[in-house]
Amino acid sequence: MSAVAVRDLDLDLDSFEGPFDLLLTLVLKDELELADVEVAGVVAAFVERLAERASPDLEACGEFLVLMAALLELKARGLFPDEDELAFDDLDPEEAAGELAERLALYRRFKAAAAWLEERLAAESDRYFRLGPAPLAPVPERPLAPQDPVALASALRQLAADPPAPSLSHLELRFPPVSLFLDRFRAVLSRRRQFVFDREVDSLSRVEQAVAFLALLELRKVGEIKLGQPAPFEPITVWSAS
Amino acid sequence: MTGALRLVENPVDRLARTLEALLVIASSPLSIEELAAASEDETERVETALGLIASRYREGRSGIVLEHVAGGYAFRAAREAAEACARLVERPVQRGLSQAALETLAVVAYLGPVSRPEIAKIRGVAADSAVAGLVERGLIAEAGRESDGGAVRYRATPLFERVFGLSGLSELPRLDDLAEGSEELRSRLEEVAGRRGA
Repeated sequence: MSAVAVRDLDLDLDSFEGPFDLLLTLVLKDELELADVEVAGVVAAFVERLAERASPDLEACGEFLVLMAALLELKARGLFPDEDELAFDDLDPEEAAGELAERLALYRRFKAAAAWLEERLAAESDRYFRLGPAPLAPVPERPLAPQDPVALASALRQLAADPPAPSLSHLELRFPPVSLFLDRFRAVLSRRRQFVFDREVDSLSRVEQAVAFLALLELRKVGEIKLGQPAPFEPITVWSAS
Repeated sequence: MTGALRLVENPVDRLARTLEALLVIASSPLSIEELAAASEDETERVETALGLIASRYREGRSGIVLEHVAGGYAFRAAREAAEACARLVERPVQRGLSQAALETLAVVAYLGPVSRPEIAKIRGVAADSAVAGLVERGLIAEAGRESDGGAVRYRATPLFERVFGLSGLSELPRLDDLAEGSEELRSRLEEVAGRRGA
């Protein structure tokens, strides 16, 4: 299939019957409402013609795609007349047809320019020349502005000084010693036979409460106290084992 | 004067030899200004010396030919040696340029600096792959952006001019001469429609 065959593509649509280039012309002359044309039908006809060939003609496909893209854009503009975009509002069918023709003409010019380049390249195929990186040029000197030696020494001294150690205090967890709570609980039990653990540590931080609980377990391990809890998560009561 | 008779040396001859040396070591064309700066001579004398070199290094007389290309002067191989050159070296820059690449190259050469969206608008298809391939070959190069943060724009390189044997982009044919304009296209289509309607 050649590029000419794209324009000669026979169409048998509900709204149009004839060659593709006639359809294009009628649309350009605004004698055929593009909104009524089944673009999918045009594509189907082209694909059928393409399938008849052993190998696809990429040039024909390219031209067809460009034409269909332009037609689809025109059709979209016709189907959505209330589109907010100013460019669409201002575009009447005549302008749209003109724009389509301009785009096609512009593309054809560059296609022709590409063909000229291809011919030129073929004509110059017997021109051989050296290719490579640019030769090394002398590196230009970059003189420094006048500097004060005292200011330079001062800057170097500042750079040479050890920077202050960063503070990590906000990252540290402060654990009180377990012995602190061992002594505290022993003192409480020497005054009272029992106490409620939760009340005793209520005013402490979570870390201190955890250490206090370790002290409690330690006292239980050595048999100095007895523990009681009516149910899980209920207050823990502590008795002196003696 | 001592010893054998010595011919008086033409000063332009001496400059021509210097320019020959500069052109031999250069891998891209050198402008008259570049040659004048490197040889520390006047541009008018450089032009005269180049004329002398061109008469010595020309097709049919030498295996090396001086050509005016890509806005400068460069040596290339004589065309009669092309087959031997082809057996020796590859030419990856110009080999296998696709239709898409040639069309993209044409848009950049004529309209550059031009962005990928602008190329895509003209060709009707995305130009990313073709642009990337041409940049890799060195035929086009980035030339700034449309605006701050806008799309990158591309221009044809001196290598493009050299590969296509152009002394400059102005040597490209006028676009209007290559294909019919929109009015002509519409008229022709309408004429075809009229014939079919008749």
